[in-house]
Amino acid sequence: MIIEARGLTKIYHLGGTTVAALDGIDLDVAEGEMLAITGPSGSGKSTLMQIIGCLDRPDSGSYVLSGEDVSTLSEDRLAEIRNRRIGFVFQTFNLLPRLSALENVELPLLYAGLPHAKGRAAESLEAVGLADRMRHEPNQLSGGQRQRVAVARALITDPAILLADEPTGNLDSKTGDEIMALFASLNRQGRTIIVVTHEADVAKHCRRQIHLRDGRIVDGAGAA
Amino acid sequence: MLFWVIVKVGIRSLLANKLRSLLAMLGIIIGVGAVISMLAIGAGAKQSVLARISAMGTNLLIIRPGQSGSHGVASGTQQNLTLADAEAVLAEAKGIRRLAPVVNGSAQVKYLNRNTRSNVTGTSITWLGIRDFSIDKGRSFTEQEVENGSRVAIIGPVTAENLLGFNDPVGEVVKVKGMSFTVVGVLTAKGDQGWFNPDDQVIVPYTVAMKQLFGLDYLREIDIQAQDGFDLTALQDDVTSVLRKRHRIPENSDLDFEIRNQADMIRATTDITKTFTYLLGGIASISLLVGGIGIMNIMLVTVTERTREIGVRMAIGAKRSNIRTQFLIESMILSGLGGLLGSAAGVLGARIIAAASPFPAAVEWSGVLLAISFSAMVGIFFGWYPARRAAALDPIESLRYE
Repeated sequence: MIIEARGLTKIYHLGGTTVAALDGIDLDVAEGEMLAITGPSGSGKSTLMQIIGCLDRPDSGSYVLSGEDVSTLSEDRLAEIRNRRIGFVFQTFNLLPRLSALENVELPLLYAGLPHAKGRAAESLEAVGLADRMRHEPNQLSGGQRQRVAVARALITDPAILLADEPTGNLDSKTGDEIMALFASLNRQGRTIIVVTHEADVAKHCRRQIHLRDGRIVDGAGAA
Repeated sequence: MLFWVIVKVGIRSLLANKLRSLLAMLGIIIGVGAVISMLAIGAGAKQSVLARISAMGTNLLIIRPGQSGSHGVASGTQQNLTLADAEAVLAEAKGIRRLAPVVNGSAQVKYLNRNTRSNVTGTSITWLGIRDFSIDKGRSFTEQEVENGSRVAIIGPVTAENLLGFNDPVGEVVKVKGMSFTVVGVLTAKGDQGWFNPDDQVIVPYTVAMKQLFGLDYLREIDIQAQDGFDLTALQDDVTSVLRKRHRIPENSDLDFEIRNQADMIRATTDITKTFTYLLGGIASISLLVGGIGIMNIMLVTVTERTREIGVRMAIGAKRSNIRTQFLIESMILSGLGGLLGSAAGVLGARIIAAASPFPAAVEWSGVLLAISFSAMVGIFFGWYPARRAAALDPIESLRYE
């Protein structure tokens, strides 16, 4: 298992009331799976994504990522895990302005202190079909191209999981389908992919879907 | 590797907001520029004053009569410094290399139909050596001429040109206060010293000057040159006690003469310059402080504007320390560049002031280096708080920041 989560809870205090964003989530994800996490807004899917992505820690429960319990690690250690084992793809692409596509893609390698950053970044961009756009800055690229750059950046450190948060939310449906097709092809090559979305159209590209409501999994728990 | 990427990103984000970056740096630019040009003027003034002091000669003591009058109200120069005083000092004080009595005044000097007003100095032949003059053309006086009261003169090159044009003045006869003097020599030019031009003067034997030209029985000045390596202050004390005895001045009473010591003059100049430098240093730190606050302000704005970027960097693996370093480097670039531009402005300003005004300016490169490194330090100091705020941002909220 790449992900073994048991009894994950996350409670937010808003004014006087407490809201359980996650209320005892158990989730196993096997290597090579392509999983969709769906649910209406406020269902806790963003919180779950943040915990899976090591941006946040659960209040209780355990989260084992590729054999290591990451639910109690220090912030610096979590930054290293995000750098090496998780590749993020965001709805709004989140490329850094004023940096070329190539420089955006090599950035995780620079934080990791890994060698040959330029060459590996170029290979990664070729893999998503952007060999001829390496020197372009994000504002010179179309939405679909930007998202491909973001995918290339997410894959550059060869992460255990690719974590996509509404990856087609800012794209037209044709481009969105192309991105999902890219995900499917990466999945066929063995990449574990988790897509968080509220769109059924997007979710149906994934072989396994889990549905969240009020911080609990109401459909599709357990292994596929 | 990461460091250079951070520098590159920093420079690009500064270039993306050129006007804003320039305005943020302006405080530092103006502060550093002002200090460097002021220091250059101060250093230039010091150099020129020291040059004037050393142009007077070396190891020099100058004895002048005191001011007459009482209770600090000067009513004229006393007439109590005599040739006998000069002889006594030369005989009794230890450490004197040579000594010259001096009487001087301004007088009309004529040659044919040309005339000019020059400083006329009556002295002995040792004076030229004491005051570091040398003869360009002709010769100095002889002892015989001084003793006999011969009407011979050595003239400065400016006086020579004013009176005689380009003709060789040696052997010509000029009239000083209507009396004929034969020019025997011309001084080598020293250059205008500001309050006095040593190149425009007529030097005659003190015997003639006292008896015939000015009709004086007292001296205006006694110039003494100490032996090389002899302590000027010790000599000054010795001379003081000789004159005190001769003038019958009891201990604890005010002297009726004053002695100027060249070492003291140099020390006073250096002290004034030092004070001036400290003062400028104070102004510099205030302007760097103000400049630093400007940079802190812009860095805080930058951190807020780039919240989302900070979130993205954290999501792809930047540690908080990486973020802190990035913003520290950016503020250092901003302030260091400000220091660099300010130095350039200061050096340029000093050149312009030197060219357009009578103040000489000497840029001290150690000061320039200090100013630049100081500005970079200002960047670290005032960049610290914004960088800490950037590093403390929550990655989740930063990623959502619009």
